[in-house]
Amino acid sequence: MTIHGRARLLGDDINTDYIISSARKRATIDPHALSPYLLESIAPGFAASVRPGDLIVAGRNFGCGSAMEVAVTVIQAAGIRAVLARSFARSFFRNAINNGLLVMECDTSSLAEGDDLSVEMEGGHVLVRNTSRGGMISGADVPEIVQRLIEHGGLVPYLSARGGFE
Amino acid sequence: MPPQTIVERILSRHAGRAVVAGEIAVCRADIVIGTDGSGPMAIDYFERMGGRALFDASRICFSLDHYAPPDTPSTQAFHRRIRDFAGKHGATVFEVGEGISHQVAVERGLVAPGDLVLGADSHTVMCGAVNACAIGVGSSDLAAAMMTGQAWLRVPETIRVHLAGTRPPSLAAKDIALALVHEIGSDGANYQAIEFAGDALELLTLEDRLVISSLMVEAGAKVAVFPFDARTADYRRGRAGRPGQPVEPDSAARYVREVRCDLSVLTPRVALPHAPDNVVPLAAAAGAAVQMVFIGTCTGGRAVDVRDAWRAFVQAGGRLAEGLQLVITPASREVLDEISADGTLANLTAAGATVTMAGCGACCGTSGVIPADGMTVLSTANRNFKARMGNATAVIYLASPAVCGAAAATGRIPERA
Ligand code: SF4
Repeated sequence: MTIHGRARLLGDDINTDYIISSARKRATIDPHALSPYLLESIAPGFAASVRPGDLIVAGRNFGCGSAMEVAVTVIQAAGIRAVLARSFARSFFRNAINNGLLVMECDTSSLAEGDDLSVEMEGGHVLVRNTSRGGMISGADVPEIVQRLIEHGGLVPYLSARGGFE
Repeated sequence: MPPQTIVERILSRHAGRAVVAGEIAVCRADIVIGTDGSGPMAIDYFERMGGRALFDASRICFSLDHYAPPDTPSTQAFHRRIRDFAGKHGATVFEVGEGISHQVAVERGLVAPGDLVLGADSHTVMCGAVNACAIGVGSSDLAAAMMTGQAWLRVPETIRVHLAGTRPPSLAAKDIALALVHEIGSDGANYQAIEFAGDALELLTLEDRLVISSLMVEAGAKVAVFPFDARTADYRRGRAGRPGQPVEPDSAARYVREVRCDLSVLTPRVALPHAPDNVVPLAAAAGAAVQMVFIGTCTGGRAVDVRDAWRAFVQAGGRLAEGLQLVITPASREVLDEISADGTLANLTAAGATVTMAGCGACCGTSGVIPADGMTVLSTANRNFKARMGNATAVIYLASPAVCGAAAATGRIPERA
């Protein structure tokens, strides 16, 4: 699987409350209704400038804090298919996999805002190419269960197809 | 069988085979907890997964805690969705005002030693205080667990935290917890478990352990588990629920890291805006003016916290600072009953405090008292991210209940606890 997109840079420790404020969830959990507020408290122009196909590129500990799953679905509703980060908080990582949002752990320090990237995943190996400025980054390998969930498009389709884990 | 940590032993029991750190296993949960925050999405997912029945309704509960009270049509609708679903399938609902999900689950004895707890709330990790492997998950994992009773889990490596030394009387559990989050860092325990050990454990009440376990998720921890001892047994005596099977680590268990914490040299701590690991000694933050003090949440909203705050408030003068808003949100109805019975509640209301319904309150801006623009808040909570309490221009400091109580009287962060 290969996806292409433009890098949108974020920093370290982007918590889920920054991705979407808990208070916004009072009104609705419909991600399309929430996506205009994506990252509103730390990057107010972000939601308006995001284009379908953009990729989030972040530093350490992306998605820390609350385990709220709309933090994943709101990113997806904004048209973002993958997040590359130096590391992910475990609950965000799980929620992303479970919803079919691609999350790739790799050294993002050489990537710049607006870089065109192509991300390949083959048999659990991840390779990120910077097509704007050259260079290749290999990501952390993806465990088998995660690969299977990704192939199914997430936990909901996985379980509805199989009826259970075993 | 290789020597195992507490978490490896608990997960082995629930996977039906011996597992060690790094493996991925499908594990069966003893109790599955959702909230009004995570529940509605989980119910949607349960239906989309083709779920017809709960795997075991007696093991599933939902708490109506984040929107307590539900003061909008949309939050009312979330509650109705949960009540309808739970009614149809026979799951338990902790009603509005009964308290925070993991607090109520521990109080009622629904979480037993040795359990695997899956809770769709990051602070589920708090249940580790009673020797359970308690993991915070999202709505999709909650839905899967409702349907199958299971989750796929990577068995985490364990960091062992040794607590040693004599505890100074003014040292709160919150100080220990903040110091540990600072030491480990915001992602220092990511994907890992924390297991507590050491001679100072016997100095920590069960409530102290709940504070410490709850805060470890701010260091990324998947689990924060205490050993079972007389304190655990005392706390659980007289509470309903399964007896559980206490779990100890093997003496040769392997730990990925050892962290030592000497309580005798530890001093009160404050987390500065806007991160719970941005921790300094209290003296470094002293003098900052505050306009709102919040005593509440699953970290700092138990009876002992409210009493500590009241005592410090009285010692600091016993009158609310000019214009300061003191907000008390009990973590549960049991807490509310305890502070009512001993007169603390009446004292607080007479002093001008705003006491809200039990639940999450203003913790994440979903109910309760939302700070005004530019307000500085001092809070017993666990997170001080920008906008956490529902206003991106408010500034939040985190400290122990005693420090918060004193500040309510003086309007400033105090020099000492
Ligand atoms: S009190 Fe705060 S941290 Fe605890 S469950 Fe409620 S919102 Fe989460």
